[in-house]
Amino acid sequence: MQTSTVFLTLVALCAVSFFIGRHKSRLIGMAGGGLQTLHSLPVHYGYMAALWAGLPALLVFIVWLGVEAPVIRNLVIAELPAEVLALSLDELGLYYNQVVGVALGSVDVGVVDANQVTAAHRYNELLTASRGLKMLLVSLVAVIGGLLAVMRVKPDLRARNHVEDIFTWVLFACSSIAVFTTLGIVLSVLFEAVRFFQVIPMNDFLFGLQWSPQMAIRADQVGASGSFGFIPLLVGTLLISMVAMLIAVPIGLMSAIYLSEYASRRFRAVTKPVLEILAGVPTVVYGFFAALTVAPFIRNLGESIGLSVASESALAAGLVMGIMIIPFVMSLSDDIISAVPNTLREASLGMGATMSETIRKVLLPAALPGIVGGILLAVSRAIGETMIVVMAAGLSAKLTINPLEAVTTITVQIVTLLVGDQEFDSPKTLAAFALGLVLFFVTLLLNVIALYVVRKYREQYE
Amino acid sequence: MSKDAFKNTELIQASLKKRYARERRFQLFGKLAVLLGFVFLFILLFDIVSKGTPAFTQKQLQIAVDFDPDKLGVDASASAEQLRQANFNAVIKSSLRDMFPEVTSRGDKKRLYRLVSIGAEYALRDRVIEDPSLIGQRKDFWLLAHSEAAGYLKGQISRELPEVERKVKDIQMDWLDQLRDKGLTKSSFNTLFFLEGDSREPELAGIRAALQGSFFTLVVTFLLAFPIGVFAAVYLEEFAPRNRITDLIEININNLAAVPSIVFGLLGLAVFINFFELPRSAPLVGGIVLSLMTLPTIIITSRASIQAVSPSIREAALGVGASKIQTVFHHVLPVAMPGILTGSIIGMAQALGESAPLLMIGMVAFIMEVPGGVTDPSTVLPVQIFLWADSPERGFTEKTSAAIMVLMGFLIVMNALAIYLRRRFEVK
Repeated sequence: MQTSTVFLTLVALCAVSFFIGRHKSRLIGMAGGGLQTLHSLPVHYGYMAALWAGLPALLVFIVWLGVEAPVIRNLVIAELPAEVLALSLDELGLYYNQVVGVALGSVDVGVVDANQVTAAHRYNELLTASRGLKMLLVSLVAVIGGLLAVMRVKPDLRARNHVEDIFTWVLFACSSIAVFTTLGIVLSVLFEAVRFFQVIPMNDFLFGLQWSPQMAIRADQVGASGSFGFIPLLVGTLLISMVAMLIAVPIGLMSAIYLSEYASRRFRAVTKPVLEILAGVPTVVYGFFAALTVAPFIRNLGESIGLSVASESALAAGLVMGIMIIPFVMSLSDDIISAVPNTLREASLGMGATMSETIRKVLLPAALPGIVGGILLAVSRAIGETMIVVMAAGLSAKLTINPLEAVTTITVQIVTLLVGDQEFDSPKTLAAFALGLVLFFVTLLLNVIALYVVRKYREQYE
Repeated sequence: MSKDAFKNTELIQASLKKRYARERRFQLFGKLAVLLGFVFLFILLFDIVSKGTPAFTQKQLQIAVDFDPDKLGVDASASAEQLRQANFNAVIKSSLRDMFPEVTSRGDKKRLYRLVSIGAEYALRDRVIEDPSLIGQRKDFWLLAHSEAAGYLKGQISRELPEVERKVKDIQMDWLDQLRDKGLTKSSFNTLFFLEGDSREPELAGIRAALQGSFFTLVVTFLLAFPIGVFAAVYLEEFAPRNRITDLIEININNLAAVPSIVFGLLGLAVFINFFELPRSAPLVGGIVLSLMTLPTIIITSRASIQAVSPSIREAALGVGASKIQTVFHHVLPVAMPGILTGSIIGMAQALGESAPLLMIGMVAFIMEVPGGVTDPSTVLPVQIFLWADSPERGFTEKTSAAIMVLMGFLIVMNALAIYLRRRFEVK
C-alpha cells in the first residue's frame, strides 16, 4: 500500500522533471536562435532530467525496502525485557513473529503477553516513522536529482548521448537477468542442499536404497529418522523415461522420416501442425488423461490376461509421457534429417538404391549424431517432466524395474515434499532441494552434451 | 565376363521383389507412425470432450417450497440480517418430505435430502431477501440438483451397476424417475461453472476464481517478460560486443530454455517467498516465476525476428543521423514487432498451461474467493484442473474435463493468433 504510494510519487516526480527539462531546453534553444542550436532534441533533455530524478531515488527506495524490516526487528528486540532476550534464537524468532502478527492485526491480542503488546505498539510506531522517512528521502533525492539535471541544460550538453548510454546499460541489465536466474537457481538449490547434507550424509543420499522421508514430529517417536536413499527415485525416473522413449523415439523418428522423405508437400503442411498440437497440450491435461483413462485401461487389460498391474503403473505414466514427447522428437529429427546434404541422397538413389535403403544405409548413419543429440534432449525433458508423474505415478519408492508396478520419480517427490505447510528447516523440505539440485545438474549435463553433439554435427555439413 | 554380368543382373532381378517389399514395408511403418500420432491426439481430445461436455449443463428439480415461518424461524417482518440467519435448510427438507409423503425411515429421508444441492439453500435465501413477502407462501422453485442426482439424470450412472458400488441408490433413482415423468426436472446451461470459485460440492464448483488468477498471473508475466525479453534480444543482437560476457549470457539463455519447469518453482520458493518474503499463493510470485521461465522463449524468437530485419533499414536510419538507439527503437523494432509478438504469444500460452512451478509456491490452496489483485491468494486454471483431478467425487471428473476444454480453448485462440500474425506479416 505504502510502497505503491511512494513508487507512484516517484513516477510523478520523474514526469515533472521530464516536462521541466524539455521545456527549459526549448526556451534555451529558441533564445539561442532556434532548436537546431541545441545538441540534442528537447525530448532528450527531458529524458535526462527524468532519469536523473528517477534512478538515484529508485536506488534509495530499494535499499530502504531491503533494510527496513531487519532494522525495525533489531530495534524492537533491543527493547524487549531481558528474560525474553535469553530465549534461544528460534524461540525469539517465533516470539517476534507474534509481535508482528499483533501489530498487523492478524494475531489476536488475547493469545500474547503484555510485553508483546508493548512491542507491537513500538513496532507500529517504528513502521510509521520508517514509512514517513522513506517517502521524504525518496522525494528529496528525486527532486535534487531532477533539479541538478535541469540546471545543467545548456545548448552544448550532450543529452542524447547521456540518455542513450544509460539506456544501453538498461538493455545490458535486461539481458544479464538470464545469468542471474541461473545463478539464483544454483545458489538457492545448492544452499538448501548443503544444509540437507549436514543432516544426512551425502553417501546415504546418493547410494541409499531406501526412500521414506517421514520424519518424526517428536524426537522420542519410534522410527524417528526417515531414510533418504536416492537410488529408488533414480531408478523409477529412468524406468518411466525409458518407457516414454520406447514410445516416442520410434514413432517420432518414423513420422519425421515419412514426412520429410515420402510425404507430399501438402500432406506435410497439414500433418505437421496437427501433430504439433500434442506438444502444445498442457502437461496437466496429459496427467489427467494418464490417471483417469490410460491407467485404468492398462490395468483392466493386464487383468484380462492375468497380469497384476498397479493402478499407478509406470507403464501408464511412461506411455502418456511418450505421447507428449512424440512431436519433440519428430521436429528435432526432421531438422536433422533435412540438414543432410542432398548430394548424399542423390548419390545413393543414383546407384539404384531404393528410398528405404537410402534412408537406412545413408541418411540415418549420416544423421545419427544429431538424432542422438535430439534423443538426449528428449530424455532430459522426460526426466524433468512433473505433472504427468505427479498425477499418474506412485508415491511410495519401490526399487523395481517392472513397468507394471508403481514407482515414484524425483519430480514427484519434490512436489510431495514441498506442497502443503511445512516448517522450512526440516530435512524433509531440505531433501526436496537436494533432489532439485540433482535434477538440475542431470538435465543440465544432458543438455550440454546434446547441444554439443548437435552443433558438432551441424558443423560437419556446413 | 559377359556371363558374369548376366548372372549379376539375374541376381539383382531376383532380389528386386524382396527389396521392393521391404521398401513398401518401410513406407508402411512411416505411415503407421504418423497415423499413431493422429490416433493418440484423437483419443486424447475425444476423451476430454466426451467427459467434459456434460459439465456445461446443470440439472434442476422443481420443488414446491413452503416458506413456513415456523420452520424458517423468522417472519415476513424480519430484517435482512435475520433473514440471512434463517433456517432455509429446514424449509427445503420439509418441502421435499411433502412431495414424497411415503418416505418415513430416517435413512430414506437422508437420501431424499441428498437430491438437492446444498447451494439451493443459498439460492432460496437470496430470493427471500429480495422479496420477503414470500414468507408464509408456497411456491414452485427450480432448485439445483445434487451432483450425484444430476449424474443419474444425465445418464452417467446406470441401474445395472450393483447398488453398493454407486452413490445413487435405487430408491433415489425411483424418486428422480418420478420427478422426470412429472416434468419436474430440467436441464439448463451451467452458468455457475463460469461465475463461481472452487467448492467442495461438484455441482457448485466453478472456474471463475481460477480464471481470474490465471489472468492476473499472465498479466504479471507479460509485463515482466515482454519488455525484459525484447530489451535483452535488442542488446544481444544490436549492441553486444563479441566477448566472454556476451557468450556467457547466450549460453545461459540456451540452458535456461531446457531447465525443467519445476526447478523454477524451487527458485521461486527459495528466493521470492523465503528470502524476499513475498506473499505465498499470490499471482505476483507466480507471474515472476513464469516470466523467468518464458524469458528464453521470448528472447530467442525476438532475436530471430530482429535478425531478419533487412540491414538497409538500419543503414538508412544511421545514414540520416539517427543514433544507434533511435535506429533500433524507431525503425528496426517496428519491423520486427510481428515476429516478436508471435514469439511472446507462444511464450504466454506456455505460461498459461504451466502448473508445476506454481505448485511449489503454494498456488494449490483451496480458493473459493475470486482474487481481486496480484497479491491475493489465488490459483490458476491448470492447478485447478490438478486439484479437481485429485478429488474422489465423480462429479469433479466432468468438471475437470470441462475446465481442460476451457483451458485448451484459450490456448487454441492464442496459438491461432500467433499463426495469424506470422502469416499476415510474413508476406511483407
